[in-house]
Amino acid sequence: MRYALLIYVEPWDSTPEQNTEVMNAYNAFTRAAVAADVMRGGEALHEAKTATSVRVRNGQTLVTDGPFAETKEEFGGFYLIEAANLDEAIKWATQIPGAARGTIEIRPVVDFPSPGNPGDAEQAPAGIAAG
Amino acid sequence: MGDIDLAEESVQDAFIAALEHWPRDGLPPNPGAWIATTARNRAIDRLRRAKKLTEKAEELGRQMTADSADQEPGPEMLTDRPAVEDDRLRLIFTCCHPALAADAQIALTLRLLGGLRTPEIARAFLLPEATLAQRLVRAKRKISSAGIPYRVPEAEDLPARLGSVLHVLYLVFNEGYSASAGATVVRRELTSEAIRLARLVVALLPSEGEALGLLALLLLQDSRRDARQDARGELVLLADQDRSQWDRARIADGLAALSRAARMDARGPYQLQALIAAEHARAARAADTDWPRIVSLYDELLAAQPSPVIALNRAVAVSMAGGPAAGLALVDEIAASGDLADYHLLHSTRGELLRRLGRLEEARLALARARELATNEVDRRYLDRRLAALSD
Repeated sequence: MRYALLIYVEPWDSTPEQNTEVMNAYNAFTRAAVAADVMRGGEALHEAKTATSVRVRNGQTLVTDGPFAETKEEFGGFYLIEAANLDEAIKWATQIPGAARGTIEIRPVVDFPSPGNPGDAEQAPAGIAAG
Repeated sequence: MGDIDLAEESVQDAFIAALEHWPRDGLPPNPGAWIATTARNRAIDRLRRAKKLTEKAEELGRQMTADSADQEPGPEMLTDRPAVEDDRLRLIFTCCHPALAADAQIALTLRLLGGLRTPEIARAFLLPEATLAQRLVRAKRKISSAGIPYRVPEAEDLPARLGSVLHVLYLVFNEGYSASAGATVVRRELTSEAIRLARLVVALLPSEGEALGLLALLLLQDSRRDARQDARGELVLLADQDRSQWDRARIADGLAALSRAARMDARGPYQLQALIAAEHARAARAADTDWPRIVSLYDELLAAQPSPVIALNRAVAVSMAGGPAAGLALVDEIAASGDLADYHLLHSTRGELLRRLGRLEEARLALARARELATNEVDRRYLDRRLAALSD
């Protein structure tokens, strides 16, 4: 069996020290999961403020700012795609069958600085800082 | 320019440069292009000054040269229309991207494309400056982290995305137009800014009928700005306005835009609203208004864009064309649907029609309800006067 572990946390104003602490804890978890050969993938997401919600109704695409406000619908799965920009991502989102009945929330994935370019590594992305 | 902050700062720089140069050197033949070219040159300056970003400056230089491949950078670039148009169009579509909240789209458009500074926008929307500044920061953060592209949408997306741009301009105009008396001056900046930007969109996308339709609508509405408030700042209804105060130049401009729009494809909601406004503009006296024609335009508008507010406006036109009883029947139908239960204009319209039918007690109740629901001081005072007139 494969399982998705979904991380829900309230955003908070963290200090750089706290960010480092949280990052270290996540790195430790990742290393443990990789070492145990259970890791199949995972990403950190930018804060919910950066989210865009997409719906298709009567063939019309409706794009709104902000995350999906949960009501009766439930989180049913996700695709991770590579797209040149938000417009391309929206195009793909509209083609997911669920877009016609529910809502597809698009969240940008955090691009961590590569090891060769540690310039802003101090600045933990909000998604991680929220952990 | 791919960086929205850089674009913003450079455009501001260019406006400042324009203020310095134009009085001295006279107006350049193409002021818009001058601004955009200066903005790019300033952008390069800024990037060069930030030594770490030298590479980026070179990249920007290459992009610009690629944009205007057949031209050497220099004074000739002042007439480099296509590349300039491209930059401004991209900026408009980025600012009005539907993945940004409507209030963020408005603030960004006024800040980046309009000449307005943050405190001016804050004043115009009666918001604390910090709130507006925060709104701008958030919007720019969303643009960069969500990857909102800085480009003109593909042809297939253009109608929907243009709709979003036109809607922003419409909202900016309305915010200025439906102003309360106190802040008239700043509010007028919003209406003229909306008109200026609508002209820009028309210049950039000359074959879009709805862009022309919106421009015509804004010009025709704006032509009545001096007549719709009296000396004390009180609201004057269309029928009671002194038509000699209407701005004839604005009307002529609006009618010209409308006749250009009429030559385009099927007429959309903005063009239809402009056609209705044009009927009023053409009537020398209120009594000369062609109400049956306005009713048929509302029929078309209602089919294109079903909405209870449009249905209410149509009901008013019907009452003018066919008498208050016919109008009241339609208003009661809308009221029964419950859609506009809290909309003060539904109740004030009902009150007015009841008054004309001599049903004064019911009229008083409807106007009192409208008075409770009205949020704008000018509207409230107007309703107070209507109520007082009923008791006379």
